[in-house]
Amino acid sequence: MADVRLPGTLTPLFPGLPRRVEVEAATVLAAIDSLETQWPGLRDRIVEEGPALRRHLHVYVDGERAGLDTPVAERSRLDVIAAISGG
Amino acid sequence: MPKTLLTVATRKGTFVLESDDRRDWTLRGPYCEGWPVYHAIYDPTTGEIYAAAASEWHGSTVFRSRDLGETWEQSSEGLSYGDGDGRKISKVSTLARAGDRLLVGVEAPGIFESRDNGVTWSLLSTLSGQHGSESWDDPANQPPGHLGISGFVTDAGDSDSFFAIVQGVGAFETEDGGSSWTPRNNGLRRDWPADYEDVGFCVHKLVRSSDPERMYQQNHVGMHRSDDAGKSWTEITEGLPGDFGFAAAVHPHDRDTFYVVPVDGGHGRTMHDGKATVWRTRDAGSSWQALRTGLPQEDAHLGVLRQGMTIDTHDIPGVYFGTSTGQVFASGDEGETWSEIASYLPSISSVDVAVID
Repeated sequence: MADVRLPGTLTPLFPGLPRRVEVEAATVLAAIDSLETQWPGLRDRIVEEGPALRRHLHVYVDGERAGLDTPVAERSRLDVIAAISGG
Repeated sequence: MPKTLLTVATRKGTFVLESDDRRDWTLRGPYCEGWPVYHAIYDPTTGEIYAAAASEWHGSTVFRSRDLGETWEQSSEGLSYGDGDGRKISKVSTLARAGDRLLVGVEAPGIFESRDNGVTWSLLSTLSGQHGSESWDDPANQPPGHLGISGFVTDAGDSDSFFAIVQGVGAFETEDGGSSWTPRNNGLRRDWPADYEDVGFCVHKLVRSSDPERMYQQNHVGMHRSDDAGKSWTEITEGLPGDFGFAAAVHPHDRDTFYVVPVDGGHGRTMHDGKATVWRTRDAGSSWQALRTGLPQEDAHLGVLRQGMTIDTHDIPGVYFGTSTGQVFASGDEGETWSEIASYLPSISSVDVAVID
């Protein structure tokens, strides 16, 4: 199971969504789609039309910058990071 | 006396102001998790509040509250052009109830509808085939603000008939639920070259009076009146300090009374001479009165955006506007006198009012 870490900006939008979730998935997009089944609408908050990662979000798999098609291993850590920006 | 409820959309969430007497107001919020909210409305059909929001991080969605703002849900299910289309939704700009449809306008320009009160959405129209539509999907061709569909005028009794404004292009009317459209820009002024006769106008705000034949608009270059339900327009700017502005409101019981907030048409876009002023006509634009009593008259460089002014439906209507610097001003006497009922909100995108029994 991959260990997914989500930004705190997402949890208020989805009742019961924790900051850390374990999912079974082969790629980043599959991990996000797996979360979507439990928390409908979550995919839209991370992925835009394309599909593509939203511009101000980065995803890292085991510390390396990743894209939606990046493979995820059984024990991977997957961080979804919101850019520190704005005002 | 029934409760008067204002929903205020800001750069940092939605706020609610409510009053039993239109003198003492209670402020609640921020709601919608501090997201930038472009338009928030109370929907008398359902008793719900809807808020069109777009985050730089998490995209566009519509928040909804069934309990006047105490609790909220959000959904963007179906609010997408899809993965193979090429267009993207950068923003949900405006909301309106049209019979059993809840409409939302987005950029790239398009209209989505919800038939289940904001739970799911589907694409209704992109106005494809209209003059100008061949280029307006390119973000490079969009005016600053990137609003896309920037406003609606709807008919509560006819869900198939409504107007939509394409920012920087003009107003269009459908009478068949968005299947076909007619440009409604005849007689409008424009001070720039355009490729077509019927589009290329910068309509900021469109309102319909209690007489459906009588409409008004605040345009990039002038205030205009229509006496034939938008089929033709006559400019009524004379007597105002300038021709530019965003906000406009029409009296709910008198088709000849209309309010605007002229602002500097340059890049500042704040009220003229630093004096906060709402202008009112009682004779359909033949003459204008400056309404200033209670509004700041010194160093008041306030801006008001296109959804930033509204008017209630009391017998003696109250007028309200919110500013780009976070103040809400209210008048309980048709604009004769004003008071500041909120002072330190984030920059305000919209103010909507409802009278609730």
